[in-house]
Amino acid sequence: MPSPPSDHPLIRRNPRLAEKAIEAAIRLSAFFVIAALALIFIFIAREAVPLLTSAEVHEEVTVSRMVAPLPNGKFSWQPVSTVPKYSLLPLLAGTLKVTLVALLIALPLAVGAAIFTSEFAPPGLREVIKPVIELLAGIPSVVIGFFALMVVATWVQEAFGLVYRLNAITAGIGLSLAVIPIVYTVAEDALSAVPQSFRDGSLALGANRWQTAWRVVLPAAMPGVMAAGVLGFGRAIGETMIVLMASGNAAISSLDPRESFRSISATIAAELGEVVHGSAHYHVLFFLGALLFVITFLLNLAGHAWAARLRTRLEGGGRR
Amino acid sequence: MTGRTRAAALGFTGLTGLACLLIVAMTAVVLGNIALHGTERLSWEFLSESPRQMTHGGIFPAIFGTFALVLLMTVAGVPVGVAAAIYLQEYARQDSKAVLAVRLALENLAGVPAIVFGLFGLGFFIQFTGRGIDRLFFSGELTFGQPCILWAALTLAVLTLPTVVVATEEALRAVPRAYREAAYAAGATRWQVVRYVVLPQSIGGILTGTILAVSRGAGEVAPILFTGAAYFLPQLPDRLNDQFMELGYHIYVMTTQSPDVEATRPVLYATVFVLLALTFALNFVAVLIRARVRARLRAA
Repeated sequence: MPSPPSDHPLIRRNPRLAEKAIEAAIRLSAFFVIAALALIFIFIAREAVPLLTSAEVHEEVTVSRMVAPLPNGKFSWQPVSTVPKYSLLPLLAGTLKVTLVALLIALPLAVGAAIFTSEFAPPGLREVIKPVIELLAGIPSVVIGFFALMVVATWVQEAFGLVYRLNAITAGIGLSLAVIPIVYTVAEDALSAVPQSFRDGSLALGANRWQTAWRVVLPAAMPGVMAAGVLGFGRAIGETMIVLMASGNAAISSLDPRESFRSISATIAAELGEVVHGSAHYHVLFFLGALLFVITFLLNLAGHAWAARLRTRLEGGGRR
Repeated sequence: MTGRTRAAALGFTGLTGLACLLIVAMTAVVLGNIALHGTERLSWEFLSESPRQMTHGGIFPAIFGTFALVLLMTVAGVPVGVAAAIYLQEYARQDSKAVLAVRLALENLAGVPAIVFGLFGLGFFIQFTGRGIDRLFFSGELTFGQPCILWAALTLAVLTLPTVVVATEEALRAVPRAYREAAYAAGATRWQVVRYVVLPQSIGGILTGTILAVSRGAGEVAPILFTGAAYFLPQLPDRLNDQFMELGYHIYVMTTQSPDVEATRPVLYATVFVLLALTFALNFVAVLIRARVRARLRAA
């Protein structure tokens, strides 16, 4: 006769031991999540720290020289020239420029669409819009980069009569496609979390639906909508493939969106493959990575803190 | 209602509706364009042959590499993600500091840029772990201390961990409390409840998380740039420390480094189409399974 599971010899002889071992493994897996985040930080910092401490690296570059203007008064990023130049400014300008363009497109569209789906759209339409956004979220960024480079670049250049085929407008449009899903999802969650009683009360007082949406629901959900913006910002700053493919990768210190540019993330992606391990350039690229990690980490913390505040506010304010 | 408020109401509703429409239109343009041009060159030969230069041949090695990569990633990452979710839902007290810390780490892990994962893969897996293994077991000879499919897969496994945990948690929550209580009442231990009651009930949701992770992993390029992907290899990878070809990386190189853009275009479009079809097919299956899980959650 086959024995039932509880009669398994190991379990019968020492049920406590097997149970404890499994629990330990499960607990370990959970803490691995924390460990992973810590390891990411530690191992990127480990390769970035020589920029601050190593005398050998300091012969070529220091952090203060990355920030200050070069002897000729300019800011250049030319890490493989005979005299390597590592000015941060062009990279910061490029990153900022494309992020702003992307957010200018993505925020109104995504928040507007979120308001429409949660407040105005009939349920049938809602069931169409949400899967479309998921579809958009599922497009790999390399595919968006490809599309921006092959198709959008041509359209934008013709539409605006631009000199440079690859510029911050093109890359920004591509980037907005990657940012829209996250902003929409977080904002829509926030708006739907507003209790129905808020809307009922407003409508009962004689407000129409847009007044309710604009003056009652949106202010109530504001921390969540802010969170959506901040998380979208974090996504845009870190996104690599779209910018790498559609930016033109020219390190120019200009905020003009019609010009080519180069972002922090794309610089790492483009240069790390060919860099000598342990060279000054190598440590500088890890320093850029650490910078990116810290910036996105802080934005994420802020975003999730806001989202959490919305939850406590709504749960305290009205019964769901 | 006065005429002005009515006009404002219409305008506001119209604007938000327009935003919706624009997003749908943008998505349709991207997908339509790729579907239109991507199917021109598609053929059985394209899927089953090796590439010859940039303009001829097929993409079989890239398809094979992508599958091998996500398979390794799944084997390494999913068990850890599922176990972490079991801890959060079944073992830990919901208001404990540990749960708070794990959730915070998950949220932030999900927000780490893909390129930073690439740096992590290089710094931790290749330089630290790989070189360490080489020193210990291969007397310093370069074996695992270089970019290869193993390190790329492990990097992606860490990247997709939050996806797996979140989906699994949702599935675990969908199992009615009464099932657990009945099992406990019958004298089952905590692990027995998880193993024989909760897990069988939530297998659909775990599958959803796995598929979403695979779809995400198959599309990410930035993390594998320096951890193992190669543009052209004469042989398929057959060892863990081989480099590999991958669809997304193939697209990146063909798009940015082709000497003749027009001649590469048909092959490139077809490759993009294959990658998109692959990720969408996976997402579609995941959405179907998730819809069933959610329906059960509502019923519970």
